[in-house]
Amino acid sequence: MKYLGIEPQKPKIAVFDFTSCEGCELQLLNKEETLADFLNAVEIMSFREASSSSSDDYDIALIEGAVSRNDEVKRLEKIRKNAKVLVALGSCACFGGVNRLKNEFDLKSANKEVYGNNPKETINVRAIKDIVPVDIEIPGCPVSKAEVESLICHVVWDSPFQLPVYPVCVECKQRFTTCLFEKGQLCLGPITRAGCNAPCPAGGQGCWGCRGPAVEPNYASFFTIVKEKGFSDIELKEKLNFFGAFQEVTIS
Amino acid sequence: MLFKTIKKQAFFDFYFPDFQCVGPKKVGINNNGKPIYQFLPFSSFDEIDLDYETTEYSAKTYFLPYKETLSSFEFKEDDWTQNIKYSTRPRVIIGLHPCDINGLIKLDKVFEKTLFPDPYYITRRQNTFVVGIDCKKPCDGGFCSSVGSNTVTHGFDLFLTDIGDRYFVKIGSDRAFNALQKIKTSEITKNDNELYLQTRNKFEDGFEKTVRVENLPNLLDIEFESDVWGKWGDKCLSCGTCAMVCPTCYCYGITEHISMDFNKSDKIKQLYSCNLNDFAQVAGGHNFRPEPATRLKYRYYHQHRGFVESFGQPLCVGCNRCGRACLSGINPTDVISDLQREQKR
Repeated sequence: MKYLGIEPQKPKIAVFDFTSCEGCELQLLNKEETLADFLNAVEIMSFREASSSSSDDYDIALIEGAVSRNDEVKRLEKIRKNAKVLVALGSCACFGGVNRLKNEFDLKSANKEVYGNNPKETINVRAIKDIVPVDIEIPGCPVSKAEVESLICHVVWDSPFQLPVYPVCVECKQRFTTCLFEKGQLCLGPITRAGCNAPCPAGGQGCWGCRGPAVEPNYASFFTIVKEKGFSDIELKEKLNFFGAFQEVTIS
Repeated sequence: MLFKTIKKQAFFDFYFPDFQCVGPKKVGINNNGKPIYQFLPFSSFDEIDLDYETTEYSAKTYFLPYKETLSSFEFKEDDWTQNIKYSTRPRVIIGLHPCDINGLIKLDKVFEKTLFPDPYYITRRQNTFVVGIDCKKPCDGGFCSSVGSNTVTHGFDLFLTDIGDRYFVKIGSDRAFNALQKIKTSEITKNDNELYLQTRNKFEDGFEKTVRVENLPNLLDIEFESDVWGKWGDKCLSCGTCAMVCPTCYCYGITEHISMDFNKSDKIKQLYSCNLNDFAQVAGGHNFRPEPATRLKYRYYHQHRGFVESFGQPLCVGCNRCGRACLSGINPTDVISDLQREQKR
């Protein structure tokens, strides 16, 4: 494990789930070809899906999920105090994710719809950064394990960690995917941050923007194109709202 | 140049053992019912269609892959080793149009006939047997005749022109000459020459799009501050699609990837685009080209000014792949015509 004679420090990490499907946590345990090395590179202090140990002595907190209850706010604030570095992992943590769709409805009727006569305490869904400061965001539904690995290398070796600034189109082109607009589909690729390797368009589904906006997307031009191609504002809004990642823009 | 004719059927007897064969394959149909083609590996000639109009992507990626590992490093205690692999499997690409071959000739100037030749490119170029073919008609929005890329006289091994039941064949290399010994060819007759020239004339007469580029380098200098850039820049999505489908855009970035066991590292080259947001961002974070319009302008400056100053010809081959692929409808003939109108005003 030595690198030019230097023994790497093992960062103490803890993984926590909030309102989510826990799929991003599962992603941390995927990519089997490097899983052993990944687990060897870090010291897991707390990770419900992978370890029975539970400790508050950690450097890096990986947070999955959004906040949708008051007790989650308190728990999150405590984690923030303990962690040197707080990482929002996945679309729910970064933007609120699909959970955020709840905010489109009246809270009481939403509660009734889901829990019937056994209502649960609930609040409007918020992203992690809406509650506590976030040091690093890794968006995606689910999160890319390769990006998590890159983050660990960054923490251990100070190698650069940067998400692509460009939109998904680059990755579609680099894997010879035919543009979904060519096939009459609506796709958020031109405004969404790349880094996922564009699996949805390759599989015939227009991008839903789970990784949030690319750096300085050209919304005005994109919305014009979408309109010209015959898509309605409702169709566009549905896509933009799906992961709650495009709060920064409203369709005029 | 050596000319021959080959019966179409005889051409399909060509057999390239141990070569990866790549050709224009139909991959789908677009919204308007037009077939979409891509250069893809094939195992039998009936998988490809040499009468294709154009491909969605250029064949550039078989010479300059979108992503390639330049070198790998292995760390051992206090030392490290570097591994570099240039070798590549021989490949034959069948059906390149003149624009794509002219694109390769331009890339040759950048990567082969230069002070700092690129061994990765050269390995792929020299191990690729290029079989070109003339277009049946100008492609949608294609303006290759305006930039001198509608014909090709070198840069290929074989070049075909469809003259009915036969191909009129130009032999561009000794390895092509040797390969032709294995199939039946015929000597050129006067009639063949006429057929060839007729076919070419008919093609040349079919162009709908033309644009004058002779004085474009100077015009671009004069129109550096033109509002035209803002007009098109406002539309630009900064998505890099134009550069990705372009046969000649070759700008790239390099990143290091450390393996999860921390014992290895790869230096990876990835093709990039000057339209992407951080293309001109430097250490410390300053971005010399923060606006899409500026980035778009410099793409045209490289294609039609900088490259002309260095090599006496534009980098653009007029295939209009960028124009067709651009969701915003930004295409070279319209942008250049706009600039020319600007000057006349």
